[in-house]
Amino acid sequence: MTRYVMSIDLRRCVGCQTCTAACKGANATPPGVQWRRVLDIETGEFPDVRRTFLPGACMHCGNPPCEEVCPTGATTQRADGLVNINYHLCIGCANCVMACPYDARTIVHKSHFSYGNQPLPSEAMGFDPERVAVSMKCTFCKDRIDEARITGRTPGIHPEVTPACVNSCISGAMEFGDIDDPGSNVSRLLGETQHYRMHEELGTEPGVYYIWDKS
Amino acid sequence: MKNRAKRISDLALPRQQRNWDGRAAANFIAGGAGGALLLMAAVAGLGTEATRTAILLGLVLIGCGLTCVWFEIGRPWRALNVYRHFATSWMTREAVVAVAVFAAGGLAFLTVWPPLVFLTGLAGLAFLYSQARILAANKGIPAWRHPRSVPLMVATGLAEGAGFLACVASLSSPLAGVWVLAGLMALIAGRAFFWKSYLAGLTADGAPIAVLKVLSGMDSKLMLFGHVLPALAVMAALAEMPGRNGWVLSAGFMVVASGWFLKHALVLRAGFTQGLALLHVPVRGGGTAGPAAKPGWKIMPDAKAGY
Repeated sequence: MTRYVMSIDLRRCVGCQTCTAACKGANATPPGVQWRRVLDIETGEFPDVRRTFLPGACMHCGNPPCEEVCPTGATTQRADGLVNINYHLCIGCANCVMACPYDARTIVHKSHFSYGNQPLPSEAMGFDPERVAVSMKCTFCKDRIDEARITGRTPGIHPEVTPACVNSCISGAMEFGDIDDPGSNVSRLLGETQHYRMHEELGTEPGVYYIWDKS
Repeated sequence: MKNRAKRISDLALPRQQRNWDGRAAANFIAGGAGGALLLMAAVAGLGTEATRTAILLGLVLIGCGLTCVWFEIGRPWRALNVYRHFATSWMTREAVVAVAVFAAGGLAFLTVWPPLVFLTGLAGLAFLYSQARILAANKGIPAWRHPRSVPLMVATGLAEGAGFLACVASLSSPLAGVWVLAGLMALIAGRAFFWKSYLAGLTADGAPIAVLKVLSGMDSKLMLFGHVLPALAVMAALAEMPGRNGWVLSAGFMVVASGWFLKHALVLRAGFTQGLALLHVPVRGGGTAGPAAKPGWKIMPDAKAGY
């Protein structure tokens, strides 16, 4: 079996938002919508104050609550673990948006662009009218993952078949790969470090691991 | 109060959901009351005309709620796709039950045949229960996913149905029966119990601070106008005080209005998202890891995780 997951090393992330920009470029998300974003969180009290950069997106859960509530069957889980939305089936009821504890889903009811109603040439190229008024979210760049099956290349190793955010990360904080393969870069990294998954107590089995220390 | 500029760190905080607005809330408000009214009409033993009026009102309420939702969804012309996921989706189940409600309810309205009226009542109860489960299935909204939200939504729906029935009975028959009043009183007490139980459970298990502020802030108003005053009005009617039907009507009205106020607050004002959390603040350089952080949450020391 294959189960694609992502690991994010919080010790390495510098909050540069390059992954956010790369995702926007690759997926042509509308203004104000970020499938991938990096939060800047301050914790503690003076003088022991800490600053953490927390990249977030769809967690491609093993037990996705969005899939459970979806009344149309538009949200499905693939055999390789990716949670997918069929834009042709979705009715935009927003039930999945409410079910996601990671704030990963968005519905944009009217198409709009950076400078009004007319898209820039770059926006026109990526504009997909099927994504208007339906639920959308990070896909783990599934087109690239699908290409890997055809070309025989390995996601997480070969950039052409690796999610755009992972490719763009300047500090090497993000890794992607098959956690069911003990030899994958993600499996080895998680074996060497201490990590957690966000809101795991809700039973969602998220597919993103946050590394916080060496083991 | 001055508005503070929004910072990127604010995205980690629980925030009020904006995807379900008043139209979605209207479905829970009107649909739940309508479903329960159908049940009450089936068991109250009213006369033919009062039963027919109650059934019609119940169907209209459910129809209004579903119409509001239809106007809310992003792709309304694909609405029939809602029937594609019966296996796990409570929204699909609600839609299936709605067909049964209108089929049985339409025939019951025309014939007032007791078995059909009873079947309509059962379908109404199933509709109410489906709505409660739709809310509870949303893991992203702590105020909704708490297990005690299901009995609360069912209890308030039943109380609203009884409230409507009391109004119908007071307007259409000379005297509302003692059983109607006793039932209304029991449902008022039941809703008060489940409301307090829900609030206590949410506080004990941990919730976003903003949610507790909204719900605690409305507690006294809800108890007074939704429970104490209607109960006094029912007692006045039971004691045969002058203007008996007026007491019944006012009790029914207050129970319905307070139930709608409760559901409006739960769906719109207390519908805060989960927010994000750091189970461990990472080690930087040669330092040590920091403690966990869950911005915007109030967590009791002995709170159980992941309710």
